[in-house]
Amino acid sequence: MIELKVNGTTYPLDVDPETPLLWVIRDYLNLTGTKFGCGIAQCGACTVHVNGYAQRSCQTKLREVGGKEITTIEGLSPDSSHPVQQAWIEHDVPQCGYCQSGQLMAAAALLSDNPDPDDEQIDAAIDNICRCGTYQRIRRAIHRAAELAREA
Amino acid sequence: MNRRNFIRVATSSAGGLMLAFHLPGCSKTKLPGNTGLPTEINAWLVIDPDNSVTVRVAKSEMGEGIFTSLPMIVAEELGVEWDQVKTEYADANRNLKEDSVYGSMSTGGSRSVRMGRPALQLAGATAREQLIKAAATRWETDPKYCVASGGKVSWNGKSFDYGELAADAALIDVGDVTIKEPAAYELIGRPTLRVEVPLKVNGSAIYGMDVRLDGMVYAAIKHCPVIGGTVESYNDGSIQDHPGFIQVINLETAVAVVADHYWQAQTAVDALEVNWNKGSGAGTSTKKWEAEFLAALDEEGVDASETQASLDEIKTELEASDSNLTADYFAPYLAHTCMEPLNCTVHVQDDRVDIWTGTQNPEGATTIGAETSGISTDNVYTHNCFLGGGFGRRSNTDYVGDAVRIGMQVKRPVQLIWSRKEDVRQGRFRPMSAIRFTAGFDDNKKSVVLANHSVTHSILSGINRWITLSGIDPTSVEGLAEIPYEIRRKRATHTIKNTHLTTWFWRSVGNSQNAFAMESFIDEMAVHAGVDPFAFRLAMLEEEPDLTRVLEVLKEKSGWGKSMASGTAQGLAIHESFGSIVGQVADVHVTRTGKVNVERVVSVVDCGHLVNPLTAGEQVESGIMYGLTAALFGEIRVRDGAVVESNFHNYEIARMIDAPQMETHFSLAGGDKWGGMGEPGLPPLAPAVCNAIFRVTGKRVRSLPLSRHDLSWA
Repeated sequence: MIELKVNGTTYPLDVDPETPLLWVIRDYLNLTGTKFGCGIAQCGACTVHVNGYAQRSCQTKLREVGGKEITTIEGLSPDSSHPVQQAWIEHDVPQCGYCQSGQLMAAAALLSDNPDPDDEQIDAAIDNICRCGTYQRIRRAIHRAAELAREA
Repeated sequence: MNRRNFIRVATSSAGGLMLAFHLPGCSKTKLPGNTGLPTEINAWLVIDPDNSVTVRVAKSEMGEGIFTSLPMIVAEELGVEWDQVKTEYADANRNLKEDSVYGSMSTGGSRSVRMGRPALQLAGATAREQLIKAAATRWETDPKYCVASGGKVSWNGKSFDYGELAADAALIDVGDVTIKEPAAYELIGRPTLRVEVPLKVNGSAIYGMDVRLDGMVYAAIKHCPVIGGTVESYNDGSIQDHPGFIQVINLETAVAVVADHYWQAQTAVDALEVNWNKGSGAGTSTKKWEAEFLAALDEEGVDASETQASLDEIKTELEASDSNLTADYFAPYLAHTCMEPLNCTVHVQDDRVDIWTGTQNPEGATTIGAETSGISTDNVYTHNCFLGGGFGRRSNTDYVGDAVRIGMQVKRPVQLIWSRKEDVRQGRFRPMSAIRFTAGFDDNKKSVVLANHSVTHSILSGINRWITLSGIDPTSVEGLAEIPYEIRRKRATHTIKNTHLTTWFWRSVGNSQNAFAMESFIDEMAVHAGVDPFAFRLAMLEEEPDLTRVLEVLKEKSGWGKSMASGTAQGLAIHESFGSIVGQVADVHVTRTGKVNVERVVSVVDCGHLVNPLTAGEQVESGIMYGLTAALFGEIRVRDGAVVESNFHNYEIARMIDAPQMETHFSLAGGDKWGGMGEPGLPPLAPAVCNAIFRVTGKRVRSLPLSRHDLSWA
């Protein structure tokens, strides 16, 4: 039995501890906002926060995160009020939208680390894949989110 | 978007999905009298007593924005405020039962606005006239004195909300109606945020893979590594004790393992030892095919256009030319790699089949569900979800058929998920192609002859062999058969050359490789003639006012001819596809060691009219990035009959760091022209980049991807 703490709720789980966190979140907790894209930590669609840091949940084993604070897109804010979510809406960032949970989680982690990143820092920090190519809007939305966070 | 609207959209998308589950195929009939229930005015439109309007969308939302742009067309004619409008998917089962009441529900070919607009305008305009007549009847006045706007019908200082009139209106026949003139548009042309974005920033948008049903189990799949090969035998003894294991299913060309959870199914199928009969594809390679395709350029080929010069005329003209130029181009197979790996959830019962998936072709999914299960299409229900990318791949229903076959054996809800490795390796691919151009010039370096011969793996022959009996697959010669440049003698010929791989429509289809070759060669011709690339093209486009205008705007917007930093240059390409013209100038930096950085792409687009400028611009950016990935990295290679690439570490995708600044301008012809937007932004990107690379390095790129080439320069 492993106790998994996700979005503030503790779930006692009788699940193979080698199971990737991604599939625990999606298939046991049915929190489907976190996405499967590659399974090898290449694309970032599965990005969640573990103790506040962005981590790719497809390459994170359940046994590694027992007792740690995990945040998924569903827990980023209760009402889509996080500055990155607001900025994403304002800039109409998502197209198909499938990668965007991971993009948002990566961007939120970047901003908590660096509240005012420039383009180069954004490019270096965020290497999540978007097949629709929304990168230019993601960049702009991160700048806008930084601004919204300062205003708040 | 305000919060009220957000909740409505959420209810419509997520709730609509569940409603479809509980009341499948529930075709809402016209409800007489004011019942306090929503009223279906026509198949496209439901008006609630609270005055909200639900517009059914008969296309698939895969990022192109039709959940927003198509309802905008209906709302424009109907005369409602945009925040009254909700969006939901139309029902494919109903479309099959009711004689295509929604027309084709297949999404592709950039057709949604281009072809779908008239029916949507008619649906909105007819409903508007019905509502007017209903109000006029109540007021006992002539409908011509009533005005419909902002969700109300008004007359003489009085008004009724549409919601109050809907039940009456639904029973009224109004005959022919008038469609608005573009000058009167209030909503069409207004930049409008996508309705479903709020669902895509908090994890609540439901994609196929997010469907959860009571008692659902999961299936993972492993296909024969050589496409077309079959299962000879397997030993499932080793996985019987695997946690959660339920059963192995032999699908002939693949095996699937069903388990309680996906990860259990995937690890079990990975561990399953399968002996494959690899079939005729074994032992082949893309290296060998590439040589064969290029060799086949020497063949004569089949005429690709009815109105073109004969082979003799071309030969004569070339012999009489002052100088000639010839070059061979090559483009590899490509995978789509939608962000959401292919997946499909089914529940097959004795008398009905339910399918939940993201598909570009819900009617096709319904049909294959019926064919596979033996249950009538009347009882097969496809519940379309948001698509985590489509790009053409999700218009094929192979993965739906497999899921239904699995569902028939497990007899409970089951979700089939392809791993990324299966997604990359098992195709259906953008075809491999080789293209030869030959040009002749007079003594003024004016081009007088241009011939091309393409050798391409056919897409259509894999669907229906008779389509290509003539020796031409029209999708393979898009952009080659009809060339807009005015040149005295033009000729296009084609040779179909297939391999054991499966091919399919990939964003912009034949244009994706043909524009690369064509516009690169035009650049070679301009260099040969010693003429500026804009001037060279404009001189051959005197009869093409739209292309000319786009080029002129592009020249100005791109700052063509401006001074550039060392190692940086601009490249131009222009291409018309799916009814729209897109011209692009790429500013490209190439380091001395040959590293390419596309810094900026300026696009000028003529799609005739713009429905939603915001999503249209996003589609251009998306086409640029999809095209840039292909240009920089895209190549599916085969060794010993099997695809080498397997995931994003060796099938690379352009990332944030690769993304140029993108500026998009619209220069619209208007009139009767309503062009597509999902694909036309892609074709000019690769040649614009390669033409810039030539200007920096002096190296002409004649095959993609760029990662094949040493682009270092001194």
